[in-house]
Amino acid sequence: MTPPIRQPALERPGVPPSLPPSLPHPLPALPSQPVRTRTRRRRPTPARIGIYAFLATAALFFLLPLYVMIVTSFKPMIEIRQGGILALPQAFTLEPWRQAWSGVCTGAACEGIRGGFWNSVRITVPSTVLAILAGAVNGYALSFWRPRGAGLLFGILLAGAFVPVQVMIYPLVRVMALAGIFGSLPAIVLVHLIFGMPVMTLLFRNYYAGVPHELFQAARIDGGGFWRIFLQVMLPMSLPVIVVAAIMQVTGVWNDYILGLVFAGRDNLPMTVELNNVINTTTGTRLYNVNMAATILTALLPLALYFFSGRWFVRGIAAGAVKG
Amino acid sequence: MANVHLRKLNIELGGKAIIRDLDLEVEPGEFVVLLGPSGCGKSTLLHSIAGLVEMASGAIEIGGRDMSEADPSERGIGMVFQSYALYPTMTVEANMSFGLRIAGTPKAEIRRRVARAAGMLQLDALLGRKPAQLSGGQRQRVAIGRALVREARVFLFDEPLSNLDAKLRAELRRELKLLHQALGSTMIYVTHDQVEAMTLASRIVVMEKGRIQQIGTPAEVYERPANRFVAGFLGAPAMNFIDGMLDAAGRFQGGAIGLALPAGTAGRATGPAVLGVRPEHVAIRADGPLRGTVALVEPMGNHQVVWLRCGADTLGALVHDARVFAPGDEVGFAIDAARVSLFDPRGGARL
Repeated sequence: MTPPIRQPALERPGVPPSLPPSLPHPLPALPSQPVRTRTRRRRPTPARIGIYAFLATAALFFLLPLYVMIVTSFKPMIEIRQGGILALPQAFTLEPWRQAWSGVCTGAACEGIRGGFWNSVRITVPSTVLAILAGAVNGYALSFWRPRGAGLLFGILLAGAFVPVQVMIYPLVRVMALAGIFGSLPAIVLVHLIFGMPVMTLLFRNYYAGVPHELFQAARIDGGGFWRIFLQVMLPMSLPVIVVAAIMQVTGVWNDYILGLVFAGRDNLPMTVELNNVINTTTGTRLYNVNMAATILTALLPLALYFFSGRWFVRGIAAGAVKG
Repeated sequence: MANVHLRKLNIELGGKAIIRDLDLEVEPGEFVVLLGPSGCGKSTLLHSIAGLVEMASGAIEIGGRDMSEADPSERGIGMVFQSYALYPTMTVEANMSFGLRIAGTPKAEIRRRVARAAGMLQLDALLGRKPAQLSGGQRQRVAIGRALVREARVFLFDEPLSNLDAKLRAELRRELKLLHQALGSTMIYVTHDQVEAMTLASRIVVMEKGRIQQIGTPAEVYERPANRFVAGFLGAPAMNFIDGMLDAAGRFQGGAIGLALPAGTAGRATGPAVLGVRPEHVAIRADGPLRGTVALVEPMGNHQVVWLRCGADTLGALVHDARVFAPGDEVGFAIDAARVSLFDPRGGARL
């Protein structure tokens, strides 16, 4: 590898530096040299080969299980029993997917995990929307209105993020039971709201900390009150952080198992709990293809979310990093 | 048009006194510039007039009404910020009309006022754009327009030109002066740029450490600075200071520099004193009674600054002709004794 060619310094001898830029230049312009270091194709160096080898190995490591899951889910059971875990399906079938979605037994009932899917949707949507709204209001109030004791309040809220969920389960169960909502949709949404609050507040507080305070002051002079400034000025400019918050909260709530199992009640069990029931059912043979299909179905939503919003995610994180 | 009276104003931020016992009267239609180094409390003072900073004690009166406790939106003010503070998701038109829409002004009236402000600031073609699609100068025009549309009785400017490049700053400065002439509104303007202060102000308020050092027209403040701080802060290159003694005959002697002062310059003070001479009052000429050595020459295009070493002191002198000086040249020079200032070496007050 040759060292990069340095462009000659741009200053031209004989031209006083104080020359106004509007005057015609006394010297003819130099023929423009292409900047070769930027556009030239790099020849592979040992370091570069090493990097690609590492990346390929890492990708393989993570993709191989996914590959196994996908091919297995399209095979009939006979083919699976023959071994050949990496082989492509010979008798391609969609039956395991149909069964996983609407036929497999989850405990006593045999209606597939589609019930769990819709339960998860019902839990995730309000848990995300409410958590984002509450986090945004919190962050906005902490950043701009700075009520007395705001710092302390924020500190306590942040400390909450470090308390393990398991510690809170039993007290929360008692509180919910006392309130008479234990084992219901509102209970599980409330629990997700509580556990999502520290991170949501932190996200929005940091985002708003990067917004010039003068913007808030200008809105105050224009006569805006607490809610008007929030809804008409701050919230519309929070789209990047809302996307980040939504991704974090949706994946967190969707992937949750323990809280859903404890608080949601039998009628609202989320998809993760149903999936566990499918896979741990001990009657009869283990239907590996159905298990794989059910697992992929459960993981599909967060996967798709990252796939389609990855760019937004990075942009939002970066924006927060630069401004906050 | 309204007057602004501040009485015994005290402001504390985080337990630290920022403004101490400040009194200020701004007459209707005045263009008052608050000038001072950063951290002198001038911005805090402006924010307290706007109602954005709480005061510890004192009173703020705008247009004859006590506004000490009033909400920022009730004070009849329009404010322009250094960072423009435009609402990024709104168009120029929505930015300018936001306050009126909150106040519930009729649509036709909003349109009339926005059109008028846009016409004054040449923003007609930009009304549909978002702030991100505007240049810095255009953004600040929109911010000024937003204040105009409110038909405020007092306009507050918080270093509005500091984020602009030099050329635009000069351009917008002239526009602001024209705007003040056209509107005749009361304007209070905060800056640390003495050129802005000198060119815009009908009166300058020089501040340091939360206190007013001097109030006066630009000429007064420049010609007769109340103390050494004001003298040193205004003027570029800065005023020359020479430590010395003043005798009963009215003669100042400091190092190699001796100067007979005209009667009445320093009252009857005698003893240690600091002589302040503006560079434009140091004239380099062959028959000058004082002699010095050229230490440095700074050509500025239309003039040059020549730094003279005279004994232990170094003096700047402005030369407006094309004479050529080289470091090491021995020259004669004279100080215009009628235009000098004298300061108390302790405390720096004018003698």
